[in-house]
Amino acid sequence: MADVAVETSDLKKTYTTSSGAIEAVTGLSLEVRRGELFGLLGPNGAGKSTTIGMLTTRIIPTGGTASVGGADVVRDPLTVKRRIGVVPQYNTLDRQLTVLENLEFRGRYAGLSARAARQRALDLLELFSLGPRAGAKVTEMSGGQAQRVMIARALMHHPEVLFLDEPTSGLDPQTRVNLWDVLRQMRAEGSTIVLSTHYMEEAESLCDRIAVIDHGTVLACGELAELKSQSGPETVLALTYDGEAEKIVGQVRQMDGVLRAEASGTSLRAFTRVPESILAALVLVGPDAGLSLIDVRIVRPSLETVFLTLTGREYRE
Amino acid sequence: MTATIAPAATARDTGALRGYWRTFAALLARDLRVMRRHLLSFTARTVVQPVLNIFVFAVVLPSIGFGAGQAFAAGGQGQSFATILVPGLVASGIVIQGIFAVTTPLIMELSYTREIDDRVLAPVPVWTVGVEKIAFGAVQGLAAGLVVFPAVLLIHGPGEAPRVDFGNWPLLVAVLVLSSLLTSCLGLLIGTLLPPHQLSTVFAIFIVPMMMLGCVYYPWATLEPIRWLQVGVLVNPLVYVSEALRAALTPTVPHMSLAAVLAVLAVGTLVTGGLALWSFKRRLVG
Ligand SMILES: Nc1ncnc2c1ncn2[C@@H]1O[C@H](COP(=O)(O)OP(=O)(O)O)[C@@H](O)[C@H]1O
Ligand SMILES: [Mg+2]
Repeated sequence: MADVAVETSDLKKTYTTSSGAIEAVTGLSLEVRRGELFGLLGPNGAGKSTTIGMLTTRIIPTGGTASVGGADVVRDPLTVKRRIGVVPQYNTLDRQLTVLENLEFRGRYAGLSARAARQRALDLLELFSLGPRAGAKVTEMSGGQAQRVMIARALMHHPEVLFLDEPTSGLDPQTRVNLWDVLRQMRAEGSTIVLSTHYMEEAESLCDRIAVIDHGTVLACGELAELKSQSGPETVLALTYDGEAEKIVGQVRQMDGVLRAEASGTSLRAFTRVPESILAALVLVGPDAGLSLIDVRIVRPSLETVFLTLTGREYRE
Repeated sequence: MTATIAPAATARDTGALRGYWRTFAALLARDLRVMRRHLLSFTARTVVQPVLNIFVFAVVLPSIGFGAGQAFAAGGQGQSFATILVPGLVASGIVIQGIFAVTTPLIMELSYTREIDDRVLAPVPVWTVGVEKIAFGAVQGLAAGLVVFPAVLLIHGPGEAPRVDFGNWPLLVAVLVLSSLLTSCLGLLIGTLLPPHQLSTVFAIFIVPMMMLGCVYYPWATLEPIRWLQVGVLVNPLVYVSEALRAALTPTVPHMSLAAVLAVLAVGTLVTGGLALWSFKRRLVG
């Protein structure tokens, strides 16, 4: 299929460490289309970086297959490397070089002539409003600037697909929004972008399609609206008590308006379409059974309720 | 500004080998640029130790009546101590700089900063990046040797002038190049195996003994009376570099058989280089 930019099928990675095997990715299948901004959303340790590492030829899968533009990441890593731009999770700028040199040398590593690399570097710095910082040392950059330098650097050789691993984690809200604008503009110009994030809000507001992943596998994948319809237009009322919630879950299930309810440890979750009308009655159940209420949260239909529905666990950002 | 972010319409298709060469040349250009920026500290680092060595052994000791030189007269067949020292100090300059030139930046790039990740994304096999590290380390080792040479040739006390013979220069060039390659391969191997906080330990338990027991201050043949030591030091790569340089520069001083040292340098380079590239790749692709 010509319009598939990235494809993985039953992709697996098990790390062998001195303390045993760690199954970081456990059978992950997905498809990214050309021209879309695709999000890998999952909590810390979900396997996002490992997945991106495999897609960018830096980590060898222990099972399954992955390809970029039809080129297999294991059998044909050089073709893959030619097609991809990568912004890793951590700042990997060359600290011995200036901002401009970082871009220039990336271009030259990729095969551009020194002249072409310099011209492209200057254009990109301009485009990312980094022109005045061209001669600066990379250690003098703020977090947001460094992130933009990394993106500009990744674009030096005109990659077909840009991978970004948690590009906004650790940035302040304003810088994050600025970076979103950059990514949106790139998408509008036809780039294919795969980004990982653990911010639900980021996936919701930025991505065309989202794969929700946890424990190394895709829980759900699709457009935001599709994902929401998978869990239904349900609101979740999440209550936390000072004791085991198990002893009241039966009673909650009997309440009018409660579609489902589940308890785990001290927390109880009731799924409903009419949160306003049952909330008052719901908060009284615990105290009647001798449990004190510690916290109540109303989670409206969103990626968070999708995650709750799929995993039975609250999303830990 | 037009849509310059978007993917290129036309992909350049150069031949594979030409592509590798371009990348290799760019990696080398990067290292040369960084080296140029640190030229002064590189030169200082390289010359201070050998100059002090030659100063103490060939100027100070003879002048104050400690006949370090005379003590060697028997084994060295009447050569001045400076004549013994010149090949040895050039050898240790090459070896120590060759190792550190690769190991020090590599340890940083592999650990705290992961700077090397971006170079590994270049469209070449990962070993190409390692080969560049070896090549550049060899350039620095060679440069170190060439910087040390004039310094140790010119500094000596009265009557202590070294007698050095540049007649066999093709052999000298071959020995210098092979020695530089061997040491940068060693540097790459150490750099990929060493945890970052161990750099100073390596200096103490590896480099210093290597230097003291590397036939820098005495020809290997003169160790005869201490047979166990003479055999023991054969694991030290610096021994072969020192002895090869003696064979090339001071052929009248006793030295190991030329064929043997050249063979050890060549085989050692291939084996160490292979191991180093294997270890390098293992560190970079998980
Ligand atoms: N090099 C490694 N060796 C061993 N375990 C690892 C390694 N890298 C990641 N892991 C483990 O694999 C799991 C997934 O990690 P990662 O892919 O980094 O997740 P994420 O990027 O979503 O936070 C985690 O449990 C992590 O501890
Ligand atoms: Mg991660």
